[in-house]
Amino acid sequence: MTRALPIRELSLFVGLLVAVLAVYAAMGAAYSTRMLVEAACYAILALGLTIQWGYAGQFNAGVMGFVALGGFAAMFFSVPINPAFWNSEMPGELGRALLALVASIMLIYGATRLDRLGIPKRLRTLIAIILAVVLYLVVISMLRDVTGEIESRAGFIGGLGLPAWVGWIFGGMLAGGIGYFIGRICLGLRSDYLAIATLGIAEIIKAFLKNSDWLTRGTATVSPLPWPTPGARDLGFVLARALYLSVTAVVIAVIFFLLHRAYHAPWGRMIRAIRDNEVSAAAMGKDINRRRLEIFVLGCILMGIGGAALTSFNSIFNPQGYLPLNHTFLVLVMVILGGPGNNLGTIFGAVLVYIIWIMSEPLALFLMENAATLGQGWFGWEDPGNLDSRALQARVFVIGLLISLVLRYAPKGLIPEKVPRYN
Amino acid sequence: MNELVFFINNVVVSGTVSGSIYAMGAIGVTLVFSIMRFAHFAHADMMTLGAFVVLLLTTLFPEVGGVVGLPSALLLLPIAMAVTAVAAVGIDRTFYKPLRAHDVKPIVMVIASLGVTLMLQGLIRLFAGTGSESLYIAERKDIFRIELPFELASRPIVVTEPQIILFVFAIVAVVSLHLFLSRSRLGKAMRAMSDNPDLARASGINTNTIVAVTWVIAGSLAAAAGTLLSLDVAFKPDLSFFLLLPIFAAAIVGGVGHPYGAIAGGFVVGFAETLAVFNWSVLLRPIRDSFPEWLELPSNLALVGTEYKIVVPFFILVAILVWRPTGIFKGKVI
Repeated sequence: MTRALPIRELSLFVGLLVAVLAVYAAMGAAYSTRMLVEAACYAILALGLTIQWGYAGQFNAGVMGFVALGGFAAMFFSVPINPAFWNSEMPGELGRALLALVASIMLIYGATRLDRLGIPKRLRTLIAIILAVVLYLVVISMLRDVTGEIESRAGFIGGLGLPAWVGWIFGGMLAGGIGYFIGRICLGLRSDYLAIATLGIAEIIKAFLKNSDWLTRGTATVSPLPWPTPGARDLGFVLARALYLSVTAVVIAVIFFLLHRAYHAPWGRMIRAIRDNEVSAAAMGKDINRRRLEIFVLGCILMGIGGAALTSFNSIFNPQGYLPLNHTFLVLVMVILGGPGNNLGTIFGAVLVYIIWIMSEPLALFLMENAATLGQGWFGWEDPGNLDSRALQARVFVIGLLISLVLRYAPKGLIPEKVPRYN
Repeated sequence: MNELVFFINNVVVSGTVSGSIYAMGAIGVTLVFSIMRFAHFAHADMMTLGAFVVLLLTTLFPEVGGVVGLPSALLLLPIAMAVTAVAAVGIDRTFYKPLRAHDVKPIVMVIASLGVTLMLQGLIRLFAGTGSESLYIAERKDIFRIELPFELASRPIVVTEPQIILFVFAIVAVVSLHLFLSRSRLGKAMRAMSDNPDLARASGINTNTIVAVTWVIAGSLAAAAGTLLSLDVAFKPDLSFFLLLPIFAAAIVGGVGHPYGAIAGGFVVGFAETLAVFNWSVLLRPIRDSFPEWLELPSNLALVGTEYKIVVPFFILVAILVWRPTGIFKGKVI
């Protein structure tokens, strides 16, 4: 069953190493180390998706939303405190609005339980809906007043001034919480619904972060975000980035180790049994929906952590910078190409695809410029002018083509999941 | 009365506009689902593709419409519908059919359709750039102001030419789809295949033909909806982005696999969106004086701001999934 020397894996990783060294030789150490750090952050995201898609067959089309939540948490916990906000009476007002929010949620929840007191169900539903609409309008107008004041007087509420890793942990928790909400609704139904719902929640999270200027400064962006390691000013670019890389590498190693143990534990066997044959797993007495929810939330937590690490590294929180293309489909390609359900394959896929992705931009530009010059020389074409942005659009096409080709010709990935057989 | 006119202009007209667009999109999604059993994510991009073909044709022949007094884009729409239908069948042959032949899980088809989405988006943006362009190239958009015969209503009801075209087209499309599904042999075969594919195959229905016909209907309706929407506002390459979620919400609200439900769902979602962003304090203004002292009317009583419009279809989706996953017309649970 196990070969003495895993030749396939070894040769693939040696090839990857050669590619990384080639990038180092071509682009310089600072640039290449930055690329590696980003690839490492994407590897955390890809591990999150490989749990969901590879282990359990759930398709999450909204990785971007969970990444953005992680990024928001990293920003909120690590940015310095804003005295213009805390030294005024506005925290109290905001607290009152939030208390009103909590109180109205409890009131509405109470109203949905009125049938226990002997009130007919139809009347209960009517009361609950009317109460919900009225309280919603009251709370939303309170919040509008407070947030408007914060925006005009203090800019935004600032951060909490805590170390960056606190933000990473809370980013994971926040993403996991939203994942729980989505999973509760959709996981009992067919997997298509999950894809639609995650796609929607990702856009909503982005819209919220973009338009809540009081919380995130919206399009004005927040920067710089502190790093968990000494910054470039103390150590220089290469060393600082290498230090950051080692932090993310430790995070990946911990996640990898835990996942490896979980995968080979009875829990992992149960998860795979549910993925491969739901009916027989249910017949063996496994609580399918509960396990699915576990897996989905776990994947979302990893995405939150990865998103927080990525945002901290970029040192800027820009809600508009979260693109479905980069943060959802690129991660999807990493997982499918690397090998869904195989953690080593996922990490391999993450680094490989990220190198291709980063290098494709100069390459595409180079190709298009050549084509434009040739076209001008041979046929007298007019240069469209905005080649840069068009080269970027070419990448959208390439990612889509890559997804289709991999699904068609290599659905198990370059390093497929090893299914152990016991004779 | 002016408040009522404001309500009609802002809710009734625009709700009907977006409702018709969503309905035409949702019919396609629901048909594709009922024949091929997967959620087709590239549908909104087929709409953009159709609008893009119209844009190309209109740029080539901007004067065509002047001959019969209609916008050129409308006159060129049938060609674009045909092109999109052929493209839809081609996409199916190249990308979906091999996967179907391998008998993959439906979710893999969903991922493949996301791949197609990205390819279409990339191609359209590669050629059209990223800015927005009006489909009225050589003509002017006609705007009709209907004066009301009441004394108190000094403001007119405003309807634009593309909106009227859209209403007429939506009604014609729905009626002809109904006739096709209920009267023609092919339509009946389609319904049979939607109910039970194995039985349909066993009784001699050519499933390949049915699949192709489904794509032709879905593709041409998508092209029409995309074009009519772009006529009303403007052509944008990221049009699909704002359409995808409402279309799916509409299809699920109406009950998946249920073409008439999709129409109803489209209007439910369209009206819910416009009602949610409508500022209700405008309607309450005439009766403001009769309110008690302590009740102060805020100036903005909209349920959600326009920037959060996308929340509305999502909320409807979640509500319907929680309370009635089969949709209002008892469709299938996918």
